[in-house]
Amino acid sequence: MQKIGILIETKNGEIKKTNFGVITAARGDNRELYAFLLDEIRGDQKELLPSYGVHKIVEIKSGDKPIDYNPASWSQAVIQAMVHFGIDSLLGLADLKGQNLIPRIAAGLNAALVMDCSAVDLAGHTVKKSQFSGRAIATLKTEGDYHIYGIRPNAIEAASTPCQAENVSFQAEIQEDGLTVKEIKPGDSHGVDLTEADIILSGGRGLENSDNFRILFECAEKMGAAVGASRVAVDEGWVPHTMQVGQTGKTVSPKVYMACGISGSVQHFAGMKTAAMIIVVNKDPEAAIMKHCDYFVIADLFEIIPALTTRLKTATTSEAKKKLKDSNG
Amino acid sequence: MRIYVCIKHVPDTAARITILGKNRIDERVTFIMNPYDENAVEEATGIKRDVGDAEVIAVTLGSQAAEATLQSALAMGADRGILIKTEDHPDSMITAAALKAAIESDGKPDLIFTGKESIDSEGFQTMYRLAAGFSIPAASNVVSFSLESDSAVVECEMEGGSREVIAMSLPCVIGAGKSLNKPNYPTLPDIMKARKKEIKHVDLKDLGFEKPAGRIEALELKPAVEDRQPKEITGTPDEVAVKIVRILKEEARVLHD
Repeated sequence: MQKIGILIETKNGEIKKTNFGVITAARGDNRELYAFLLDEIRGDQKELLPSYGVHKIVEIKSGDKPIDYNPASWSQAVIQAMVHFGIDSLLGLADLKGQNLIPRIAAGLNAALVMDCSAVDLAGHTVKKSQFSGRAIATLKTEGDYHIYGIRPNAIEAASTPCQAENVSFQAEIQEDGLTVKEIKPGDSHGVDLTEADIILSGGRGLENSDNFRILFECAEKMGAAVGASRVAVDEGWVPHTMQVGQTGKTVSPKVYMACGISGSVQHFAGMKTAAMIIVVNKDPEAAIMKHCDYFVIADLFEIIPALTTRLKTATTSEAKKKLKDSNG
Repeated sequence: MRIYVCIKHVPDTAARITILGKNRIDERVTFIMNPYDENAVEEATGIKRDVGDAEVIAVTLGSQAAEATLQSALAMGADRGILIKTEDHPDSMITAAALKAAIESDGKPDLIFTGKESIDSEGFQTMYRLAAGFSIPAASNVVSFSLESDSAVVECEMEGGSREVIAMSLPCVIGAGKSLNKPNYPTLPDIMKARKKEIKHVDLKDLGFEKPAGRIEALELKPAVEDRQPKEITGTPDEVAVKIVRILKEEARVLHD
């Protein structure tokens, strides 16, 4: 029976839904899945884990209390849990939080690691990931005593396979190691997170100024979508860098990426080329992005997007409905 | 104060990637300094300007061609360079061990800067392995840095624009993010002066370090294939909007009634 560990990421007491794809990737014959929880979550949330195939829900604590967030302490705790339970393979989300935890765990264990995997063959210790800013796909194999993989969010589709799960508690012994978290400054997160959104509405040079992004925000709100931007919009100061999609911004893999007024540089493309569907709205029929999309509209975004917002008022996504329910509930 | 900056010689993003054999690329394209490493060099040279009595040493692992990237770092204000020479493309575990060995045999580091990730292999791990090798703390995606008397206080950008404010004892490893600073591009006099600065050459095989406990092997590299067939949506803005809503509902299945 092979034991696989999964580092679960939570937010506001809930399990981020991108975890379920990771759990799905971990499943297989003769495997026992251990979900590592370092945060407290709501009772009803815990039940989601066995519905995707988790066998053991491990609450990692220290002195019987959750460990205050500190990437170095949390990594130490996961390493201790892996050693304690005899787990040689660990999967987690290669999002910003995971990028701050998973490599620390690999470094501490002297374990082979591949981050940002888009496909995983656990039995063969072989994974696929993008390299050269999305211009190539590499097949990599990990060797050694441990195998650690950070999975690109939404790269692997979640599929539920219910099973029985047991709650287990693990006490870690945290050592001081020179890193302290002084505070977490909250961001001005305008709604849905880019790396988790099913739909991203993105703006580039064609938006012309900061105020015009309001048009995208209004449309996005109707769809429960996140709003992104190209490097041009960020460099011009129209939107903050946190909204940038692309090589020096965020890499996203949504179900739908709508690019408005974006010409489509190689660097921008590197950040969104794995979107399941790309829709382009641009006045310029020669824009590079026109050749690399699923649907294109050669028109003025200032006419198309407001028209879309109007049409969307009569349709709501499950995401928007849920937000409505959460804010009322 | 000794500040080491680990940098990498990488293909330009606009360069055409041609696969040779099973797992290498044709390197006869334009190479540049990894963009995040520019932020790292800029920060290191900025600290030197503030502190005064400091030395910035740029370190890289690569072939002879990588010397060009060291020259760029020297032109940006680094004092010396170290080239760990190899024709191979070792994985992160070997790279981190080699960087550690080269730095250690050169001097005692007070700070180690690097870019938060490389735009070619995109491994996201070398700096953490380097820190673990030295048993020192590390923080990445750093967008703000300040040096206190006995610690470094950094802000690391996380999701939704939030920032973790972290204090680390010295020495420590800092992975520079894009928003950390705006790299100053060297002037012609800077570039000329850089040619006179020292670059030490060390062969990878001459560096003594323990063989890492694991390995990440590149089995195959393939070009990313585009298989989208663009289809035009036409009509008045309202007609287009109706069509898009239908595509979102029925094809993409991201909208529900």
